[in-house]
Amino acid sequence: MAEPKTKYDRQLRIWGEQGQAALEKASICLLNCGPTGSETLKNLVLGGIGSITVIDGSKVEEGDLGNNFMVDESSVGQSKARSVCAFLQELNDAVKAKFIEEYPEALIETNPSFFSQFTLVIATQLVEDSMVKLDKICREANIMLIFARSYGLTGFVRISVKEHAVIESKPDHFLDDLRLNNPWPELRSFAEAIDLNVPDPVVHKHTPYVVILVKMADEWAKNHGGSLPSTREEKKEFKELIRARMRALDEDNYKEAMEASFKVFAPCGISSNLQRIINDSCADVDSNSADFWVMVAALKEFIEGTGEAPLEGSIPDMTSSTELYVTLQKIYQAKAEADFLVIQRHVRNILNRIGRDSDCISKTMIKSFCKNARKLTICRYRPLEDEFNSPVQPELQKYLTDEDYSSIAVGFYILLRAVDRFAANYNSFPGQFEGEMDEDISRLKTIAVGLLGDSGCNGSTLTEDLINDMCRYGAAELHAVAAFIGGIASQEVIKLITKQFVPMSGTFIFNGVDHKSQLLSL
Amino acid sequence: MAQSRSRDLDKLLLRHGHLVGPNFEPGPDLRDDLREYARVLVVGAGGLGCELLKDLALSGFRNLEVIDMDRIEVSNLNRQFLFRLGDVGKPKAEVAAKRVMERVAGVNIVPHFCRIEDKELDFYNDFSIIVLGLDSIEARSYINSVACGFLEYDSDDNPREETIKPMVDGGTEGFKGHARVIVPGVTPCFECTIWLFPPQVKFPLCTLAETPRTAAHCIEYAHLIKWDEVHSGKTFDPDNPEHMQWVYSEAVKRAELFGIPGVTYSLTQGVVKNIIPAIASTNAIISAACALETLKIASACSKTLSNYLTYNGVEGLHTKVTEFVKDKDCLVCGPGVLMEMAASVTLGEFITLLEDHPKLLLSRASVTHRGKNLYMQAPPVLEEMTRSNLDLPLFDLMDKVPKDVVHVTGTTSKSDKKTSSLRKLRVVFKGVDGVSDMDTAGGA
Repeated sequence: MAEPKTKYDRQLRIWGEQGQAALEKASICLLNCGPTGSETLKNLVLGGIGSITVIDGSKVEEGDLGNNFMVDESSVGQSKARSVCAFLQELNDAVKAKFIEEYPEALIETNPSFFSQFTLVIATQLVEDSMVKLDKICREANIMLIFARSYGLTGFVRISVKEHAVIESKPDHFLDDLRLNNPWPELRSFAEAIDLNVPDPVVHKHTPYVVILVKMADEWAKNHGGSLPSTREEKKEFKELIRARMRALDEDNYKEAMEASFKVFAPCGISSNLQRIINDSCADVDSNSADFWVMVAALKEFIEGTGEAPLEGSIPDMTSSTELYVTLQKIYQAKAEADFLVIQRHVRNILNRIGRDSDCISKTMIKSFCKNARKLTICRYRPLEDEFNSPVQPELQKYLTDEDYSSIAVGFYILLRAVDRFAANYNSFPGQFEGEMDEDISRLKTIAVGLLGDSGCNGSTLTEDLINDMCRYGAAELHAVAAFIGGIASQEVIKLITKQFVPMSGTFIFNGVDHKSQLLSL
Repeated sequence: MAQSRSRDLDKLLLRHGHLVGPNFEPGPDLRDDLREYARVLVVGAGGLGCELLKDLALSGFRNLEVIDMDRIEVSNLNRQFLFRLGDVGKPKAEVAAKRVMERVAGVNIVPHFCRIEDKELDFYNDFSIIVLGLDSIEARSYINSVACGFLEYDSDDNPREETIKPMVDGGTEGFKGHARVIVPGVTPCFECTIWLFPPQVKFPLCTLAETPRTAAHCIEYAHLIKWDEVHSGKTFDPDNPEHMQWVYSEAVKRAELFGIPGVTYSLTQGVVKNIIPAIASTNAIISAACALETLKIASACSKTLSNYLTYNGVEGLHTKVTEFVKDKDCLVCGPGVLMEMAASVTLGEFITLLEDHPKLLLSRASVTHRGKNLYMQAPPVLEEMTRSNLDLPLFDLMDKVPKDVVHVTGTTSKSDKKTSSLRKLRVVFKGVDGVSDMDTAGGA
């Protein structure tokens, strides 16, 4: 076996060893292993997911050879689940792969407790009725669930989880936590000891901008009754004051100070997003609360005391002498450590209060929570039945009337639901078989209009073009579309299992016509 | 009747549709033409290439070729699903082609284990569509210039339909990626929007030498400065584990000296080799979008992407389509740089002109006209064969046509980095276009 670290090197650089460990512990159940399902699993097996169970009751047919890479000629007539499972095992022998030759619909009906053994269920190509039933089962058992479906040139992906809390959301662009608008005493006194008028030009051009800005903000506050620049004029003036201190054009540290001056003007305190999280009713914890919410409760106490979140503790690279930079780094780290200790104390007190072991949340976990406190994210997903029975009216209206971008995507959303009603009425999907095209088109149209009415959108219509093409698709599962949908689904599974990055919200509607796909928040 | 293998694809190819491309003619002939006549080249057999070959083989194409110069490494196995541990060290193109042919009956894939520059231009002209699954800007730029090089314009400066060589390009990095359709002369080409790929920022040498602050600074010091000081004349080889280990231990020493945390072996590899994180799922998404567009271009079974799709899965899921516009003055996909000259100018003089031309600045140029090599800088055999042409007038070498397109390949330097570039030139000879054209004769 290859050294796993080398094999997984390119992904360890994204989610680290912790993320990898979470994947390797996860147990995944796949319902239906057509191309959409098998492509989803392929991406997870390659990445070293712990175990997979493939559930499909069908036999490989000639037609499957044209859209599924994981079945081949020799498997025609045999169990599709077996064939797909065998190919997946070949990709990665570290993965425990097994299959059950059974129709998912039957399992959902007869054996709901079956699903509680898994970390996450990937349900592909299910019709509405089965989706709603499975959703209830998985919510009840607290099992993560993701739906994926490919249908002609469209399809969707939808996560269904009661609540998913992310500590390591790892956003791409997030303002660093320098506290230039509100320096703590140690940072202020470090800056005070440095002379910006130092005669040595080499020292002058290697004074980090953090020091420059803390000192100049202090100076400004002294001359302005304790307040920092707030009006446009004042901000401009502040920048000019920095410029005036530049001695030569090549002083990158002063250029950086001017560019970063907005960090001095930024309001103190926490973001509205974080405010919402600490105000969440789940932050009133009891003995049943998740560790995450216990930490949020501690964070809330911290913020009530200090007005700020705990300091992140890292600083970006900036023009500086090595010595000043390293010292600055240590000052930020020390403050972050001090904030962590306060939070840890709060966590212990809270745990005591709710009758749990005060050490049951690990130090590493609390540290990570503190470091990411400003970036916490909560994702919640409506039960599927609620969305289907009462979609968010204003949103749906907005999508339906937005001709510019999403009208095709929302049209597909309605039609994807309409084809399931069609199938429930007529025992086949519109256009699935040759010869009844015109009749199917008018039937589908009637159902779609009815569906719009049921959703409270009387008067809205879908274009003939779209209805016609939906019938043309005839429930085809095209490989390229399945690979796209499967790719999206596996990406979201990775985010859910590693608890890193932010999973998608709403329902992703794939528009394979011109790729103007959309996320609908219904 | 037995079920058809193209059960699902037939719905799209045999049935009339509304949201389709121009000249869509559904029917069995379309399906058969796709099988028989469409020829698709996949450039790159890595993370995207493996997916692309599978996706195209299951999208009705039967004539595929793939070109890649790399061999399989262990760190490919987390995403390049056609490769197994036992394949490590073998050429990617060959293994990928074999694996797909084993599983998809009827498809033929010809592998090319070589550099993209090693192929004659005619090789590329043979394909209906070129699909790019690359991780380098230089390689994209090269293929783009080759494909755009085939483009001819009519006398009204409109692109001639039959000379258009469409490309579909994909790229990924971590949870992000893009897919785009390039129809030379119609959509922007890679060069028109080169600003989408900003050059990589490098650390100033004085920071590395004097004021290191981060682990990466210490690593680059060991890699770029210390290595040369200690190993005079020996080039650093990033694939040699001993070399990497040496850089790592030097970086650790330097970091300790300055009190800088964070140097690890993995980071050392990442910085030195400029490793881009890569995962199976993003590659699957982007390749699928590219394959679908390839099918749509070849069959017109649906409208196409116009013309640039971005995907970002870091925070939620964001996809966006942007319609970029063509740069009218693009040196690569435009009608070509106009070169007016006297009929007496020799091929050698012409090559010198290219070096000084402000829009070109092309050195060591090789020149071809209508597929004929007029002068080749390499290989030596060809150089020798074509050397005598240098003293002949270009006009004579071009069969005395008054104006025509020539292709030149040479080296351009952009911010100290030399890249090989292909340019299309519109050569017009003064004083030969018709008998009574006297006013330009004085220029001879």
